[in-house]
Amino acid sequence: MERDDLIVNDSYALNAHHSEEAGVSKRKKIWFVAGLLTAITALEVILGIAFKQDSDYWTVIKWSFIILTLFKAAYIVLSFMHLGDERKNLKYTILAPYILFALYLLFIAAKEGTDMAVLLSNFLGS
Amino acid sequence: MAGEASQQIDKDELWGGGRSPYSVTYGKMMMWFFLVSDALTFSGLLISLGFFRTGVFGDLEGFWPVGEKVFEALPVLGTGFPLIYVALMTFLLIVSSVTMVLAVEAGHRNDKKNVTKWLVWTVVGGFFFLGSQAWEWYHFIHGSGGYYISANEISVNGTDQSGETISYTVAVGEKVYYGSDHAHAHEDHDHDGHDHDSHDGHAHTSTSEVSGMGGDGHDEDHAHKDEHEIHPPEVLYLNKFQTTIVTVNDGPTIEKLIAAKNENFAETSGANLSSNEYGPQQYANFFFFVTGFHGFHVFSGVLINIIVLLMVIKGVMEKRGHYEMVEKTGLYWHFIDLVWVFVFTFFYLV
Repeated sequence: MERDDLIVNDSYALNAHHSEEAGVSKRKKIWFVAGLLTAITALEVILGIAFKQDSDYWTVIKWSFIILTLFKAAYIVLSFMHLGDERKNLKYTILAPYILFALYLLFIAAKEGTDMAVLLSNFLGS
Repeated sequence: MAGEASQQIDKDELWGGGRSPYSVTYGKMMMWFFLVSDALTFSGLLISLGFFRTGVFGDLEGFWPVGEKVFEALPVLGTGFPLIYVALMTFLLIVSSVTMVLAVEAGHRNDKKNVTKWLVWTVVGGFFFLGSQAWEWYHFIHGSGGYYISANEISVNGTDQSGETISYTVAVGEKVYYGSDHAHAHEDHDHDGHDHDSHDGHAHTSTSEVSGMGGDGHDEDHAHKDEHEIHPPEVLYLNKFQTTIVTVNDGPTIEKLIAAKNENFAETSGANLSSNEYGPQQYANFFFFVTGFHGFHVFSGVLINIIVLLMVIKGVMEKRGHYEMVEKTGLYWHFIDLVWVFVFTFFYLV
């Protein structure tokens, strides 16, 4: 059976090869990112244990959780999934919808949050 | 990266046809597009979680439970470890992501031996995660003591977490939780060998708790009853898993609360789709749906990894000259890790 995806596109896959020497530095980077992700997770748990939800600093802690999560997500997508190495047009085809989506959601939550709550209670009953 | 993606290619040539303007294969691009759409599904789940949590539902049925109070148990070691287990699961998934990316890297060097090695570790990590999730579900469904619903309005004098004396009114229909050694009772039961029947376990726990506080109708378990009559619990919790814990410390009120319980409403333990001891019903529903849907992704990811592993061992990739299939399944596997990072933050942490 002839597979057209292999015949037409094989060069992209074959061009992704790298040498043994390049592999050493790539593996170094992988382990660095792995350590970073673990450290961030540990930091989140420690923060969660140190500050309860009724603490005065909870708002700060909550936002730091969200920012740390975005850091983790960025490292996973850009480094582990190699999106950072792809061509710019592919990168933004995938990322731009989410940037727009997040901004839109923040707008809706800030502007229409109360209305959404009423809507939910009317729609689903109490 | 050596690939075409890092090469400077003229715009006319790039978009002129006969090649991918993204410089990726068809399969890899479609995997990315699938992940974009799948991420939207998970976004929808987490966003609706946010709206339910901050909307009227959280307020009407009591406050939304705090993750670190609901998920604080470890296998064998018992309770008192807030979110440690979930953090370990997160760590497990990160580690299996690392082994996956190492397999992809080995694939770029056509190193069949290392691809096989790292893929095997990835599959092992996936199975460990699935097992952890099964344990967590079991523990969540089984519960940790249970509650009953108050039939009367009772005013309670108690102390809050910081030790200050406060007055609290239990409204009609409000949930009241069992005493302080619920965790102990639960562990007892675990070692009894009854752990496969959550309903049975629930009867055990509630009998041992309530009988110590003045006795009630459960006569079928005298052994437990006697054991616990020696140390009657002196506290009852209101809103045990929520932000405010009120500890009741006077006897007459406890008796009143027990009387209110005996009057009509049944007690419940653990969580399922129709009752939830931890707080609002929606909390349990979101737990089951979000972690269940993610667990389904992990399960299918493990299956796909096993299939690709077998292909690698058989030498299919070697014949092709490249290991891009490993890269594509790797994308899916990393995506699972990515989703869990968000679930960890928005379901458990905040």
